[in-house]
Amino acid sequence: MTDTNRERRRTRETAFYLFTQQSLPACKPVLTPGWVITIFLCMGLIFIPVGLVTLRASHSVVEIVDRYDIECVPEPFRIDKISYIQDDSIPKNCSRFMKVHKYMKAPIYIYYQLDNYYQNHRRYVKSRSDKQLLHGRKYHDTSSCQPVELNDGQPIVPCGLIAWSLFNDSFTFIRERAELKVNRKNIAWKSDRDHKFGKSVRPFNFQNGTLIGGGKLNPKIPLSDQEDLIVWMRTSALPSFRKLYGRIEEDLDADDVIVVNLINNYNTYSFGGKKKLVLSTSNWLGGKNDFLGHACVVIGSSSLILAIVFTLLHLKYRRPYGDTSYLPWNRKSLSG
Amino acid sequence: MAAATSRRRKEKIRWSKLYSFASCFRPLTSEERLAGREVIGQPGFSRAVFCNEPHLHDRKPYKYPCNNISTTKYNVLSFLPRALFEQFRRVANFYFLLAAVFSLLSLAPFSRASLIAPLVFVVGISMLKEAVEDWHRFLQDLDVNNQTVKTRLSDGVFVDKSWKELRVGDVVKVYKDEYFPSDLLLLSSSYEDGVCYVETMNLDGETNLKIKRCLEVSLCLNEDAEFNKFEATVHCEDPNPNLYTFVGNLEFEKKSYPLSPSQLLLRDSKLRNTDYIYGVVIFSGHDTKAVRNSTRSPSKRSRIERKMDHIIYILFSMLVLLSLVSSIGSSQFLSHDMDDWWYLQLQGNNKFLNLDGSNSKKDDDDFFDPSKPEKSAGLQFIRSLILYGYLIPISLYVSIEVVKVLQTMLINKDIELYDEATCKSVQARTSNLNEELGQVDMILSDKTGTLTCNQMEFRKCSIAGISYGGDITDVDLAASMRMNADFEPFEYSMDRTDRATQSFELFEFSVYGFSAQNGNARLSKTEEPVIKGFNFRDDRLMNKNWIHGTNLSDITMFFRVLALCHTGIPIEDDYHKTDKLSYEAESPEEVSFLIASQEFGFQFCRRTQSLMVLKEFDPSCMKEVEREYKLLNLLEFSSSRKRMSVIVSNEDGQILLLCKGADSIIFDRLSDNGRTYKQETALHLLSYAEDGLRTLAFAYREIEAAEYESWNTKFTQAKATIGPEREELLEQGSEMIENNLILLGVVAVEDKLQEGVPECIDKLAQAGLKIWLLTGDKRETAINIGFACSLLRPDMMQFHLSSSREAESNNEVKAMEEDILQQIQSSYKLLCEEGKEAQFGLVIDGKALEIALSGDVKDEFLQLAVNCASVICCRVSPKQKALITRLVKQYTGRTTLAIGDGANDVGMIQEADIGVGISGMEGMQAVMASDFSLPQFRFLEKLLVVHGHWCYQRISKMVLYFVYKNVAFGLTLFYYELYTSFSGEVLYDDWYMTMFNVILTSLPVIALGVLEQDVSSDICLQFPALYQQGPRNIHFSWSRIVGWMLNGVVTSLVIFLANIYILSPTAWQQNGFVADIGSLGTITYTCIIWTVNCQIALITSHFTWIQHLSIWGSILSWYIFLLVYGALPPNLSGNAFHVLIEVIGPAPLYWMITVLVVIVSLLPYFIHIVIQRSFYPMDDHIIQEMEKCFEKDDVRDDRMSFSQQMQQKKLSIYRSVTKPHK
Repeated sequence: MTDTNRERRRTRETAFYLFTQQSLPACKPVLTPGWVITIFLCMGLIFIPVGLVTLRASHSVVEIVDRYDIECVPEPFRIDKISYIQDDSIPKNCSRFMKVHKYMKAPIYIYYQLDNYYQNHRRYVKSRSDKQLLHGRKYHDTSSCQPVELNDGQPIVPCGLIAWSLFNDSFTFIRERAELKVNRKNIAWKSDRDHKFGKSVRPFNFQNGTLIGGGKLNPKIPLSDQEDLIVWMRTSALPSFRKLYGRIEEDLDADDVIVVNLINNYNTYSFGGKKKLVLSTSNWLGGKNDFLGHACVVIGSSSLILAIVFTLLHLKYRRPYGDTSYLPWNRKSLSG
Repeated sequence: MAAATSRRRKEKIRWSKLYSFASCFRPLTSEERLAGREVIGQPGFSRAVFCNEPHLHDRKPYKYPCNNISTTKYNVLSFLPRALFEQFRRVANFYFLLAAVFSLLSLAPFSRASLIAPLVFVVGISMLKEAVEDWHRFLQDLDVNNQTVKTRLSDGVFVDKSWKELRVGDVVKVYKDEYFPSDLLLLSSSYEDGVCYVETMNLDGETNLKIKRCLEVSLCLNEDAEFNKFEATVHCEDPNPNLYTFVGNLEFEKKSYPLSPSQLLLRDSKLRNTDYIYGVVIFSGHDTKAVRNSTRSPSKRSRIERKMDHIIYILFSMLVLLSLVSSIGSSQFLSHDMDDWWYLQLQGNNKFLNLDGSNSKKDDDDFFDPSKPEKSAGLQFIRSLILYGYLIPISLYVSIEVVKVLQTMLINKDIELYDEATCKSVQARTSNLNEELGQVDMILSDKTGTLTCNQMEFRKCSIAGISYGGDITDVDLAASMRMNADFEPFEYSMDRTDRATQSFELFEFSVYGFSAQNGNARLSKTEEPVIKGFNFRDDRLMNKNWIHGTNLSDITMFFRVLALCHTGIPIEDDYHKTDKLSYEAESPEEVSFLIASQEFGFQFCRRTQSLMVLKEFDPSCMKEVEREYKLLNLLEFSSSRKRMSVIVSNEDGQILLLCKGADSIIFDRLSDNGRTYKQETALHLLSYAEDGLRTLAFAYREIEAAEYESWNTKFTQAKATIGPEREELLEQGSEMIENNLILLGVVAVEDKLQEGVPECIDKLAQAGLKIWLLTGDKRETAINIGFACSLLRPDMMQFHLSSSREAESNNEVKAMEEDILQQIQSSYKLLCEEGKEAQFGLVIDGKALEIALSGDVKDEFLQLAVNCASVICCRVSPKQKALITRLVKQYTGRTTLAIGDGANDVGMIQEADIGVGISGMEGMQAVMASDFSLPQFRFLEKLLVVHGHWCYQRISKMVLYFVYKNVAFGLTLFYYELYTSFSGEVLYDDWYMTMFNVILTSLPVIALGVLEQDVSSDICLQFPALYQQGPRNIHFSWSRIVGWMLNGVVTSLVIFLANIYILSPTAWQQNGFVADIGSLGTITYTCIIWTVNCQIALITSHFTWIQHLSIWGSILSWYIFLLVYGALPPNLSGNAFHVLIEVIGPAPLYWMITVLVVIVSLLPYFIHIVIQRSFYPMDDHIIQEMEKCFEKDDVRDDRMSFSQQMQQKKLSIYRSVTKPHK
């Protein structure tokens, strides 16, 4: 027992000794030409296939994009789109035709895309109250929601600019006279639904009176089920963004023509933003994303080229490994 | 039996008589006494001390500080404010303080906690360090303050009282070898005449004993009981730092007696050779002269740290620039576009904000007020300043501090820098100069005590024209030692191992053969001298064989001079029960003479005021007889006289003048019949000097009684005179008698070189360091020492600068200046002609140096001097040492290191960039002033070449990496601003950012700073030229700094753009979800963590398990953090809620992005090092490759086991060192 103790102490002492004498066993990798060439070759051999696979995956995604913000304003109003969109008396219905150019396998994701919309503006991002979203009117301190905090002295649920400016265009899809079923459930993160938006919190005093911005909410449905709102409130990182609207759970064949009946409510005209409707399939990579594949291929092939160039250079200007005559003080004496 | 009686007799010797004759040379003149009295009571001289009545000092105005000493910087109360103040004097810290204050005003883009937490962390660690350092000082003080001294209580008994309780007016009794607890007035001592001996080594570094003498009136107070009635008052000067003055008077029994410095015993000096003394406390605690005298050495900053400031300024200007861009951009958006962004509900945007006036008033968002774009821009500017604060490496200073403390610890612990003889190891006294050690360009070294041991050995002598002592010169010895050094077993030895071993064996053999040949004759060089200070082997003189010599009377007289002409005293050595005595004297030379004469059979056994007793071996009766010599006069040694004499009369009444002195002085004073041996002696003298030995010539003369009488009356008169002419009269007096001498011979003593000095200097020279030797010695000695310690080598070209004799004697400054200038110019011309190939040595003497350093010639001289590999300045004063150091530092702008051991080197040590003190024999003065202290000069090699080199590399790598890391991270924040219309939104969660500098990237860089080694220590020592990287500042050049900044820019661009383009706008998951601000931020941040940590793995060339743990652990800790943070309730974790397990973790794209981005962003640096290593390799690269090769070879070699043995040996030393502390 004492022996093992002493033994252990000895080893600890020795380890400490090695540390203080700075002679701990160490791995000292030295970059030799062999290593360099191997590394570059490996990078090339890994990245090119990965890039090709990624590109293939990206190409297998079918995406249809349709910009509708201009087309959906009737000709006469196109001079002054802003007053058109602000005039509640004019019906905002609009129909678009989208042609499927390639077979699309369900689920087909429906996105709306907004451009030049600064959802990441600091004032905008901060203007929400997570606690109110979870606890409802029980939670009183909504000062972070300014300027959409109170209306007529009553708190607004959900408060804040983000909720207030909720996107409110709506889409219906018709294929060959039959309406396509759009699943609008489960478009938001589960954790958001379960933990961030209260199950018993219902909209209150929302988009009321003078304070009307974007979409309205059904005051009977609790916030945790208002998935449009939940998606909208996950603010986008960049001023050009897509948000999930729903899923079409039927396959679409090539050359299908889909009629989109939309209500063009949302005002992007005053700041020159674009509105697009996107239908896209998805795979392990997500949506259509050529950049990653291209980047991998470019990196892989440049690594290969580097490997080759380096090998040639190495053969031409070969430097003996660890040759003392290359040390400057030796070099001096050689020349002198 | 005989020994016992003799010892008893020795005990009765009145030790007090020693030296007392010396003090009679300079009594206080009456004028001085008068002057002293007049000032008492005046301002500055108002102190009153009531002896033996300490209770009177309880009240004002006589309340003086207690004897408690505190060297701490802070106390409990002042610690917080003062330490905080110190911390926020740093620009960077102050900036972060401001940022924290702004965060309280909700100006900041982050949450308060995330701004304040890192600041608290960083400042907290720095303050903790301060506190720990101060705590150590406090413990030291406690040790000092708790020492005890016998103090008289009011009831008359003497009891132990701790130093801190001592009060002014207390009567204390100090015993032999105790330190004085405060400045004491000497009342009486164990000697009847009231003298005592003190050692003032800690004050002025002088090892010789000084005599102090009490007033005659207080002589009677030499017993405890005597103090019952004692009452006296001292009026004296106020506390001041002047060690050598003291003015005051003692009122005792209604009479007033003047006091002088010789009654004052200073704190920090030690009682020697005196059994006890009584004293009264005059100055206590912080009033004592020693404490007043201690100055904090000037704080020095390293070159890298100064350059680091510039980097911080660059980053600051980058910060301001980016903030300006942001604020201008923001105001542009605000005044042109933002009006139309209805979803922001900005003020002045009336499209949606309508009737509800109260509402619009309430939400005053000053940041986005279109009606006041200027104000908004201003606020945005401030917010941006805080936002981009990540460009400023907040943790840089604290990391560097932590690293330096650890580095210091490792330096201090190095077992190879531990001296077993003195049980001292290297001490880094300041931690902020570690890396400066790696950039030293010039070493300025003291000689005595630094290169040499300050231990004289009697080596050779020439008596009556015959030379005795060995033949092998020191130069040979130095050469052979160098060969020995090649076979340092644990050193790397390349393919020439075999050769080295061979030559070593050959050398062994030759020495052996040599001593065998000369068997009975003279030397066996390899033997250690048995007697310290005596390294003399010659059978013709040893073992009393000298009695067979030819000139017996001259030999006897020679030994008498050796035994009598000195100021030493014998000391009984209780440990050796032999009849050998050991001695103490003013200079180590005298000690070696006394030891030598004892060996030759002329034992100097005791001295009294007027008697010197020798045990002589009488050749006529072949036995030892004790002879008494009456000491008539002693003519002191002084540097101007360069000789000393004693006049003694022997038992026959014969009066003899025995004289020793510099050869030139003695030779000038020989009588006509005294020149018998002059020629031979001069020859021997020359050869001794060539061997690097110190020489002294011995002579004597007999004086007629009448002549002596007449001279003595004159001389006594001269001694009695008062005033400025006294010196001159004494000089003349001694001149008269020291004449017509008869030359006896010369002795040669060796100023022994310290162990390993030549090898060390050799290595340092190979490392490209220029070494200057600054010594007070004369030129020949200096040159010889220069050769002996391989400062000068035979293949070197030497320049000698000296002032011509004539000009010097005529004191024509102008002529001398021209002369020197001409010498310098011709030397420089030669130097230029020879070009770079040859090496040069410059020797200059003090007088010439004085001229060379004066205004006009200075530049030319320095130009010449800095181009020489070694420079020897002889006969320089301490002041000149400091002056040279400063001028060289200013002129070259390079890093200088000054090394010395004595009080005379303090100026130089403080002036140089790095001051190194040798903690040798000569007191602590130099060590106290130094930044590093070494027990041995030879340790300088490893300190510089290994530790300095490492620390330089580490710190520069570390700083560069910090710059890179923060630029790379900080810029991504800026890029994101471009996408948010400069509104100040942050891509990352607050806590991610807080963690960045504090946890996620801090440990690897500290590991790098502490453990990185480009090559191992053995290799560093093997290739000292590698050291040149430091002085040339290869690793911290501006091109490198800019390069790393650019690398940071590239990294940030790659990380940011790749993430943006890959993740937006399409879905990035199988379930069709798109990336929001939270997931994009988390993914980008992951890439940053990976990249900066992998980057440090690329920089590191030495991976121990600690590096691995810290680097990969940091990356891992990011994921752990994310898990933990994500598991917190959503109101705490916000966007990061379940982010890893639900959002980003399951997406294959996330992991692919990480890999791709890390590789791409590291690629530029990787390609850079590949090209550099393969085609433009640096020294360390090649040596690393070589090391790798040898490691492979080593496996086959049995040397491996040998090095293991060495490790084991060092380990055992290490254990023995560390054990006692436990």
